[in-house]
Amino acid sequence: MTKVEELTQGVLSGDVRSIARAITIIENNAPEAKKLVSSIYPHTGKAHIIGFTGAGGAGKSTLIEKIVREYRRNGKTVGVVAVDPTSPFTGGAFLGDRIRMQELSTDPGVFIRSMASRNYPGGIARATKDAVKVLDAAGKDIVIVETVGAGQSEVEIIKVAQTVVVIHAPGLGDEIQAIKAGIMEIADIFVVNKADRENASKTAMDIQAILQLNNKETAWKPPVLKTAALTGEGVPQLIEKIEEHRLLLEKGLKHKRSREKAEAELIEAIKEKVVSSVLEDLRKEGKFEQLVGKIVEREIDPATAAEKLLKKALKDAEA
Amino acid sequence: MTMFDEKEIKEVKRERARWEQTTLPNWLKQSRERKSEFHNHSGMQIKRVYTPEDMENMDYIRDLGFPGEYPFTRGVHATMYRGRLWTMRMFSGFGTAADTNRRFKYLLKEGETGLSIAFDYPTIMGYDSDHPMAQGEVGICGVAIASLKDMETLLDGIPLDKVTTSMTINGPAPMLLAMYVAVGDKQGVPREKLGGTTQNDNLKEFFAQKLCMFPPKPSVKLTTDIIEYCTRHLPRWNPVSISGYHIREAGATALQELAFTIYDGISYVESTLERGLKVDDFAYRLSFFFASHNDFIEEIAKFRAARRLWAKLMKERFKAKSPRSMWMRMHVQTSGCTLTPQQPLNNIVRTTMQALSAVLGGTQSLHTNSFDEALCLPTEGAVRVALRTQQIVAHESGVTSTVDPLAGSYYVEALTNEMEEKAWEYIHKIDDMGGAIPAIEKGFFQKEIADSAYKYQREIDEKKRVVVGVNDYTIEGDKCPIEILRIEPKVETAQVASLQKLKRERDNRKVKEVLDKLHDSAEKDENLMPTIIEAVKAYASLGEITEVLRTVYGEYKELIVI
Amino acid sequence: MQTERKIRVLIAKPGLDSHDRGAKVVARALRDAGMEVIYTGLRQTPELIAETALQEDVDVIGLSILSGAHKTLFPRIMNLLKKKGLTDVTVFAGGIIPEEDVAEMKKLGIKEVFGPGTTTELIIKYVCENVPKRT
Ligand code: B12
Ligand SMILES: Nc1nc2c(ncn2[C@@H]2O[C@H](COP(=O)(O)OP(=O)(O)OP(=O)(O)O)[C@@H](O)[C@H]2O)c(=O)[nH]1
Ligand SMILES: [Mg+2]
Repeated sequence: MTKVEELTQGVLSGDVRSIARAITIIENNAPEAKKLVSSIYPHTGKAHIIGFTGAGGAGKSTLIEKIVREYRRNGKTVGVVAVDPTSPFTGGAFLGDRIRMQELSTDPGVFIRSMASRNYPGGIARATKDAVKVLDAAGKDIVIVETVGAGQSEVEIIKVAQTVVVIHAPGLGDEIQAIKAGIMEIADIFVVNKADRENASKTAMDIQAILQLNNKETAWKPPVLKTAALTGEGVPQLIEKIEEHRLLLEKGLKHKRSREKAEAELIEAIKEKVVSSVLEDLRKEGKFEQLVGKIVEREIDPATAAEKLLKKALKDAEA
Repeated sequence: MTMFDEKEIKEVKRERARWEQTTLPNWLKQSRERKSEFHNHSGMQIKRVYTPEDMENMDYIRDLGFPGEYPFTRGVHATMYRGRLWTMRMFSGFGTAADTNRRFKYLLKEGETGLSIAFDYPTIMGYDSDHPMAQGEVGICGVAIASLKDMETLLDGIPLDKVTTSMTINGPAPMLLAMYVAVGDKQGVPREKLGGTTQNDNLKEFFAQKLCMFPPKPSVKLTTDIIEYCTRHLPRWNPVSISGYHIREAGATALQELAFTIYDGISYVESTLERGLKVDDFAYRLSFFFASHNDFIEEIAKFRAARRLWAKLMKERFKAKSPRSMWMRMHVQTSGCTLTPQQPLNNIVRTTMQALSAVLGGTQSLHTNSFDEALCLPTEGAVRVALRTQQIVAHESGVTSTVDPLAGSYYVEALTNEMEEKAWEYIHKIDDMGGAIPAIEKGFFQKEIADSAYKYQREIDEKKRVVVGVNDYTIEGDKCPIEILRIEPKVETAQVASLQKLKRERDNRKVKEVLDKLHDSAEKDENLMPTIIEAVKAYASLGEITEVLRTVYGEYKELIVI
Repeated sequence: MQTERKIRVLIAKPGLDSHDRGAKVVARALRDAGMEVIYTGLRQTPELIAETALQEDVDVIGLSILSGAHKTLFPRIMNLLKKKGLTDVTVFAGGIIPEEDVAEMKKLGIKEVFGPGTTTELIIKYVCENVPKRT
């Protein structure tokens, strides 16, 4: 058996070490990563994938811990991928989400993996979507992704998750800002966490009000829920809503979402492939370095340079 | 009335300008200074020389006054050490209650004047010695006290009306205080004669000592229960020891230690006022606990600033009337984190200087660390040297002959003022955050301390801060030259067996009854002290009582800030 | 796209010990040296530590302990790691561990022990040089 086959089998049988290794290989983009993903791909598509996004400190990890517990009570197995930011200066990262879920570690029905964003934009890591596939293939009923939570527009999550939960907390102030920053469109469910605090109801009303401005006719109207993650209040209701959303997806939306997701992934894959192969050739020929020099010297502008380079590359590709 | 008249100050200013133009440049030309800038631990820039200019706006009566009077800058007692020396209180505890009882008696024989109990990890976390989490930890870092029976052994032969005892205990403080009270009752000591201190400062646990058991709100409730109970029933007991020591040792600077500790104090005054007590009924019993670190003058300035700041707060913010409500009494411990396993005898020198700053700073009570601090719990030989250090400062150094000997030093007074000013800035900032609990929830204290700790470490790594024997003046192949205290595993076996025997033999129906009552009482948010005293008297164990509280209050999950 | 391996480190505090100053300083230094650091907080059981190392597939485990309970806890941790097949993880430790215990700890498979006074540079260097080679 090749290493990839061995790992695939391990993953499919739910072996923890194989799952962990497979994710590392994908994360490091090791030579066997591509093969590995394609060999597990046929076994994916069974899990319900839920994304949790929202500002730093809103309580995403704490809430996820409570949700996982609830799913476990209902007999479901769960995988979690929690993303934290990589420092653009040092390349290092402190992966802190796990702390809040640490007690779940020894439950064999739960697998938690922390992941650094490695400077991938949009609130997740490049490897997140494939790590989710590994957990899906490993038979987890539910896979949860926690985004970075750095407050920028973390919209990549819709390419990964089927149900996106956007979390706010009273007092963080920026809910309106966040909503404007494009988070609004991606939310399937809004949660106002820290409902034990003052102003939670006001925050919820603010969000409702903004939602009402959007009077497009849609099959799914994003509900606004309140939770207190520390005590678990509101968690069963949240799970109910997630389940409702899942059923709706099953009924039809799912197909549309799946296609959208597939399309996005395909485009991404093409981009990656094209860029890396074209770049490689160009570098080999030395033309690339030459043009970089010219741009620095102001002899040519970057757009024209790219056109020039690509004309040849595209011709080659056609041939 | 300012301390120097305008004319004098003017003259000094003129003279200094002249000195800076004539004498100083010659010296600087001959040899440059060792560093371009000098800073203390708090990051304050230290001037080359301090003069009356630095005391320009000081008013002797307003800012310093007389010892034993507002604002207490010069000390809380009028005669200070001319009257009574500070209490020499060595933090001790290891092994079984019987082992520590022997150590207590040894220390008292050697001239210690008060007891201080160090509990082991299971005890400080509220676990019984037979709890799974306790495995391998029983009696290792302190003494194992799981029930009243252990406390009886610990205090056997020690007259509680004659000796005061300090207990380093926070989350489980109500239980340990209850056991102490119960032993006092058994010895026939009237409760109003029982003297001592429970650390009982739960706020600093969340960002300094990290032995948190319950969430912040119930934690403050329990602290306040003890304050309220003591105010009514144990008039000689210090219900809380508001602790900067742990804040400092977790990495804070002197300034952060000062400000954050005072803020915790503010929080407890507020929580107690909410119980309907009057400030003058309880404030005089609040006590404080600080570290004494290496920077000799910085520490002295910190102690003096702390007293003045607290006095002002109590008078102005809390409208106290009685002068005793405004005094800050303190215990000081020399700084453990300055001590090194390398060349451990050097630690005696460090501890001596730190002890001296505590005394010059006017402490009421002192623990000096042993030279084996960075290696193990102190051996008998090491703790004796540490105690002797205090005795030498007390009887041989001469600094005890007058009150506040360093008052009026330009540097000391300038730094005292700067400490106070900057501490006020922090206090206002935390006020703006909504108080200590919101600041904890935001990770404010945690971040401040983590940054300081990291900076300190980097300075040592980069040799910007010399630690003798560690990053300079090292010895090739440095081997530990001293004996190490070891706790035998049989301590745990014996302790577990004795606890389980107790659990079999006590009246278990009664235990259940009182634990149910406690649960009830906790749900109703009553003061839990009376019921907890009842519970320990029925020999309910520490772990059992804590478990009841855990079910009502929940457990705290740390907010980690790196 | 090239491979982008990063060193993943777990810093763990076993037992009831709650001295976290050193562990956090070390965690921060390793992060600033470009590593991905998982710190799971205080009072971790051997089971939690081993399971975390397994799921997170870390290269290195750093145990920080100042409580003297290493003699009980380290053997349990090392046994569990072995049981889970984590034999290609570098385990090292720091804190208050008496000189005379170090040999015993090394026999358990703990590769190195760093006490007070160790510079963070030395720790970073040690990690970089002792990352297990994995294919
Ligand atoms: C600071 C300190 C405290 C602070 C802790 C603050 C905090 N949040 O961390 C406070 C005051 C709260 C405290 C309380 C107690 N303490 Co204390 N404390 C110390 C002290 C003085 C310094 C430790 C320290 O932080 N040093 C600075 C840091 C940067 O150094 P470090 O942790 O050693 O880390 C360095 C190396 O060891 C190494 N390292 C550490 N971890 C790791 C991990 C890895 C992977 C690597 C590679 C390296 C590494 O690298 C670091 C950089 O050089 C030591 C004695 C000493 N001088 O060491 C006692 C000491 C550890 N404490 C002790 C005790 C008993 C306690 C208490 C249990 C007392 C009690 N009964 O109430 C409590 C428990 C509290 C708790 N939180 O667990 C004992 C332990 C005895 C033993 N092992 O036999 C000691 C040794 C003192 C003594 N001799 O009695 N303490
Ligand atoms: N009062 C209150 N505090 C909460 C609640 N949920 C979480 N918290 C606290 O909020 C803080 C942040 O919680 P996390 O779960 O780490 O938040 P997060 O969104 O995952 O944060 P990042 O991963 O850093 O973006 C912690 O101190 C939690 O204890 C809640 O419902 N009520
Ligand atoms: Mg999180």
